[in-house]
Amino acid sequence: MNYLKIAAAGLLAGAVGLGAAQAQETVKVGLVVSMTGQQASTGKQIKAAVDLYMKEHGDTVAGKKIEIILRDSASVPDNSKRLSQELIVNDKVSILAGFEVTPAAMVVAPLATEAKVVELVMAAGTSVITEKSPYIARTSFTLPQSSVIIADYALKNNLKNIVTMVSDYAPGADAEKSFTAQLTAGGGKVIESIKIPLANPDFAPFLQRAADAKPEAIFIFVPSGQGATFMKQFAERGLDKAGIKIIGPGDVTDDDLLPQMGDAVLGVVTAHMYSADHQSAMNKKYVEAFTKANNFRPNFMSVGGYDGMHLIYEALKKTGGKADGDSLIAAMKGMKWESPRGPISIDPETRDIVQNIYIRKVEKKNGQLYNVEFQTFNDVKDPGKIKK
Amino acid sequence: MLTILFDGVAYGMLLFVLACGLSVTLGLMNLINLAHGAFAMAGGYATVVLVNNFGVPFFLSLPLAFLVAAVIGLVMERAVYVHVYRKPHLEQVLLTIGLVFMAVAGTDYIMGSTQVFAQTPEVLQGQFQFFGVGIGRYRLLIIVVCGVLAIGLQAILTKTRFGSRLRAAVDDQRVARGLGINVNAIFALTFAFGSGLAGLGGALGTEILGLDPTFPLKYMIYFLIVVTVGGTSSITGPFLASLLLGIGDVAGKYYVPKLGAFVIYTIMIVVLIWRPNGLFSRASTK
Repeated sequence: MNYLKIAAAGLLAGAVGLGAAQAQETVKVGLVVSMTGQQASTGKQIKAAVDLYMKEHGDTVAGKKIEIILRDSASVPDNSKRLSQELIVNDKVSILAGFEVTPAAMVVAPLATEAKVVELVMAAGTSVITEKSPYIARTSFTLPQSSVIIADYALKNNLKNIVTMVSDYAPGADAEKSFTAQLTAGGGKVIESIKIPLANPDFAPFLQRAADAKPEAIFIFVPSGQGATFMKQFAERGLDKAGIKIIGPGDVTDDDLLPQMGDAVLGVVTAHMYSADHQSAMNKKYVEAFTKANNFRPNFMSVGGYDGMHLIYEALKKTGGKADGDSLIAAMKGMKWESPRGPISIDPETRDIVQNIYIRKVEKKNGQLYNVEFQTFNDVKDPGKIKK
Repeated sequence: MLTILFDGVAYGMLLFVLACGLSVTLGLMNLINLAHGAFAMAGGYATVVLVNNFGVPFFLSLPLAFLVAAVIGLVMERAVYVHVYRKPHLEQVLLTIGLVFMAVAGTDYIMGSTQVFAQTPEVLQGQFQFFGVGIGRYRLLIIVVCGVLAIGLQAILTKTRFGSRLRAAVDDQRVARGLGINVNAIFALTFAFGSGLAGLGGALGTEILGLDPTFPLKYMIYFLIVVTVGGTSSITGPFLASLLLGIGDVAGKYYVPKLGAFVIYTIMIVVLIWRPNGLFSRASTK
């Protein structure tokens, strides 16, 4: 069946003989994200940001027309692989982009290597992803980036007895590991580490266990989308009044859900690379244009998509329109630019993102909840890779 | 310690309201309705929209959520389900799982994919101490509402004329019809009522379980576990099963967090090996 398809596609391309000629005029970008299913919000954020970027910058770069081919992975990594394969073989895309969660980015890596197609990770945040193929570049973030920074913050603010609560999958493990290592190296102590199943309906028992350990703070990582439930139950249990602080990577106070979380979330301190409240002229413009085009606020996933498009455009300019994997990835290495989140660059060695990490506190501004940045750590490389 | 028990009971009660409609349709009407969670979701979204957009008080929105889900249930029963009562179970499964996907995609389109919450009134927020036990106000509400419902349902089913007609209609449709019982009307009403209960459960559960368009898929497993463990022949079965699973789940996650997520499945396996028809099954009627 599959062979038949491939053979048919090959025949068609060969017989018409136009395939090659046309490919020189357009550069196809396969955007594989979750538009439905559990991570649907991530897909929608990225799609909206990609659309916005193309609206602002036009759809032609270096004499090539950029064509986005959107495929919905329905939040199932297996689909991401199948769709990516189809995009490579049938649609002859030059770039695969998107990938809402780590497993989705990982399964596509071997395809990228084999087909020599650039895989641009716009969302997934596990450290190891970029090592899975020499054609992977990332414009999102890595969890160790934020986790290490927030550990430093905890030490400085005398939060030394900490319970970690993370979702039980690769990014959670990444966050926990790097946080614990940094904290214990600085004299802090993780008195209990709790792993929460990824599909978890009720945080109550885990929170109770964390509370009974009487920590000074809880380090929390849950994937984008679960933060609101967590914060509600945290407040319901009266833990905020018991003086337990919440710290963690910024996923828990995702801008997408933040307005709905209620006042319980006030004062939560997180480390992350983007807040819709980031103070810069560029971000103001970005948030305004984004909110106007959609009826939601841009979150940290959206800037991954926006910057991903920027990276594609700039790389194409640099190669003069050459869209093969080797030239593109070479052009992407070391690229530096100003993003709505601040100055960022692509590390030439690891092809991973180097960016500022901000410490933020949830505050009310004009009646709306925002992550307000109050401290900046410049040019943070992925600590997950430095150690090796 | 007792706080854990309390949380477990509240969680179990919530499962019960969500799943008992399913046990009624499955056990009494012999219909496998995997789309049950979709009705719960309808109720949940009804509450969210009513409270957040129209300023309806939260307490009033609960019965309205029940009504909305019940009306949708009634329409669906008359329009769609009525055709599959006599079809094999596989066809029922295929039809209803299709409905689930339609509900998920439709809700996603209309309401967006992010999680939503209803604003709960001040009275229901926070926790108070009662003889050293931390009692969450919201969870207390769940326990009260669901407890009353469970008793009420059991009474309706065993003590009223409607209940005996329903049981008669299930046991032998032909004879029931012969005796002048309007079986179709009874089934429609029962189905609507079950859907309404799911809607109420969805409305109550929003605060604790979160609500997004994938709700019917995410919690389908839990509903089915309650029904299989509880058996499908009564209200008490699913009720006790819900409590057992709720407490087991919460306690398991508290005491052995590493295994926590598996406890609920372990309970199910053990119960099913011990009593394959569920905890409380009558001698089979079919």
